[in-house]
Amino acid sequence: MSLKVSNLSMKFKDEFHLNDVSFEMSKGKIYTIIGRTLSGKTTLLKTIAGLTNPDSGEMSLDGVDFGAVPVWKRQVAMVYQQFINYPHLSVFENVAFPLKQRKMPRPEIDTRVRQALEQVGLQGFETRKIQALSGGQQQRVALARSLVKEANILLLDEPLVNLDYKLREQLREEFKNIFSAKASENAILIYSTTDPVEAMQLGGEIIVMDEGRILQQASAQEIYENPKTTKVAQITNDPAMNLFEGEVVDSTLVLTSSIHLDLPPHLAALTCGKYTFGIRASGITLDSDGFEFQIELAEISGSETFLHLQHAQMHVVGLLDSVQNFDIGQTVTAGIDSKSLYAFDKSENLVASPYGGTK
Amino acid sequence: MAEITLQDIAHSYNPEAADKTYALNRFDMKWVDGGRYAILGPSGCGKTTMLNIMSGIVRPSEGRLLFDGVDVTDHTTAKRNIAQVFQFPVIYGTMTVQDNLAFPLVCRGYDKAFIKAKVAEVSEALNLEGLLTQSANKLTADQKQLISLGRGLVRDNVAAVLMDEPLTVIDPDLKFRLRRKLKEINQKYRSTLIYVTHDQNEAMTFAENIIVMDNGSIVQAGTPSELFDRPKTTFVGYFIGAPAMNLFACSAVNNTTISFGGAEIVTDTNLEAVASKNLKLGIRSEYIKLVTAASENTVSAKVQRVEDLGSHKLVTADFESQSIKIKVKREQEVPAENVFLKIPAQHCCVYENEHLI
Repeated sequence: MSLKVSNLSMKFKDEFHLNDVSFEMSKGKIYTIIGRTLSGKTTLLKTIAGLTNPDSGEMSLDGVDFGAVPVWKRQVAMVYQQFINYPHLSVFENVAFPLKQRKMPRPEIDTRVRQALEQVGLQGFETRKIQALSGGQQQRVALARSLVKEANILLLDEPLVNLDYKLREQLREEFKNIFSAKASENAILIYSTTDPVEAMQLGGEIIVMDEGRILQQASAQEIYENPKTTKVAQITNDPAMNLFEGEVVDSTLVLTSSIHLDLPPHLAALTCGKYTFGIRASGITLDSDGFEFQIELAEISGSETFLHLQHAQMHVVGLLDSVQNFDIGQTVTAGIDSKSLYAFDKSENLVASPYGGTK
Repeated sequence: MAEITLQDIAHSYNPEAADKTYALNRFDMKWVDGGRYAILGPSGCGKTTMLNIMSGIVRPSEGRLLFDGVDVTDHTTAKRNIAQVFQFPVIYGTMTVQDNLAFPLVCRGYDKAFIKAKVAEVSEALNLEGLLTQSANKLTADQKQLISLGRGLVRDNVAAVLMDEPLTVIDPDLKFRLRRKLKEINQKYRSTLIYVTHDQNEAMTFAENIIVMDNGSIVQAGTPSELFDRPKTTFVGYFIGAPAMNLFACSAVNNTTISFGGAEIVTDTNLEAVASKNLKLGIRSEYIKLVTAASENTVSAKVQRVEDLGSHKLVTADFESQSIKIKVKREQEVPAENVFLKIPAQHCCVYENEHLI
């Protein structure tokens, strides 16, 4: 089974919610759509679900015009950011609802609902009222209801965003197993998020969206190693990838009037001229052979420290492998690992990556 | 700005009931003038109740609240002169950025020249100078939150800035920016900032001191590195850090050595006084090393799963039916199956009845 979307566009006043969106998704896989708020993620999911109509474009499922299938006939289930359940019904009735609509025989409903509740870890909660559940439990109910339908497309619109950080971490791990099981039943799973770590951890294929447009579609690893544009590099890294202007002059990389680096082998093919260079925080760290930077801020995160550094017009975030306190304004020497540099051209497209490819 | 003291504070939402319950159990706390604090805990732990007591939205059923030694327990929110930033930006959408920032001063009847100077100063500090004549509706979520904050900062002598999950609606890459701004403001104005969150990552990166709460009680107060390296309870070990601290049931072999899953591990902890059978070893996934041969303080394990987290890999390994997580750098090779895990003695936390020894 495959879902093919071609040239979907949708405009509201002057603003594109979807701008010439095309992709193909195949069964048995998990897809993560990552993008900032209002990048078009929800609109895209709603279009697939049939809850909103695009101005133009086509969708087909296994070669059949999917856009022409009425909403109620689409084998699609959707889980939302908000915990959407029927407040007057019990947990069991909530999950059973779509099956009752289909007039499925009671014993079969019973079996399916119990199976789904077990999958999401809510066995024993059948008779509970929705209001008596925590946010995490309510989202489990919504997920169970989407699983029980045996839909062949499961849409998850930032399902964990309204939950506590720690619960999010726990459910992400649990849900990942449920999603893999679901996908292996020949379903297509589409998960939207703003969080790079979440996208990486789900481990499927990533689609990067911005302003209604798809910027890149590739495996998590490929996106990490070869982000196609500066925008992709920013959206898919937390902290965002450091970006700064620089110039290749013969075999030297000139970043500021006093920061000059030897051109590393992976950038040797660059012709002389100006580029935007990118490097992750992990590529910049304290090094007595480095350059002088002023500490703008130091932030402790677990066993590491993020350093916000400034040198002339250059503002970057570096990473220290240990926990250390610094005064704001303090001068330190930090090195830039030229082997980890990405280079982008004038149009912000990737031209060289430490991982070799510009596929 | 002021030093804030919470003296014998406790709060019950049903203080008259025979079986009264406490949302906040009795505690003492002092917030130093100019400090940067986070109150961290899961939903329902009492953190918002604590914040509301300081802002005056809730009057504590027991205890006293002092600002610079003055009892303000019965003062209204307005009289306390507190600035507040909420989860969702509270701005006047139809007004310009300038008018939004000026609003609290206009309401208090300040003269025009003073208002102009103050707005200019605060907008410069928040990098909003270029947006002053824009309509507030047109701004991004993080800029809107800066205006909420700016409206607090234009007032003189604000006792403290209280923030309740102020980054909830902000995208990850913008969060970083706003956090940086908040800290700069803290440095510049030496304002006491108190920040409530359920997100340990935000608390760790923002605060000098974190108060971890659970079930209406303060379970630990300390610097981010104290909470990370020496969590006082297994709950703090679980709650702080991503992934959570690895915790295993173990038993004491001698004064420094514990045994778990068939391995003996030497720790830096003195186990002489251990009396209980409920003993646990806590070890952070960041401190475990993958090694190729057995030596002192290693356990043998089987790799189950390797997750790509970008700059790190998260390895899940099993030994003796227990699962352990190890965080390694992206570049590090992870063996396909058998691996030895080195557990450094100085990073072992041993818990008796869920409390750090």
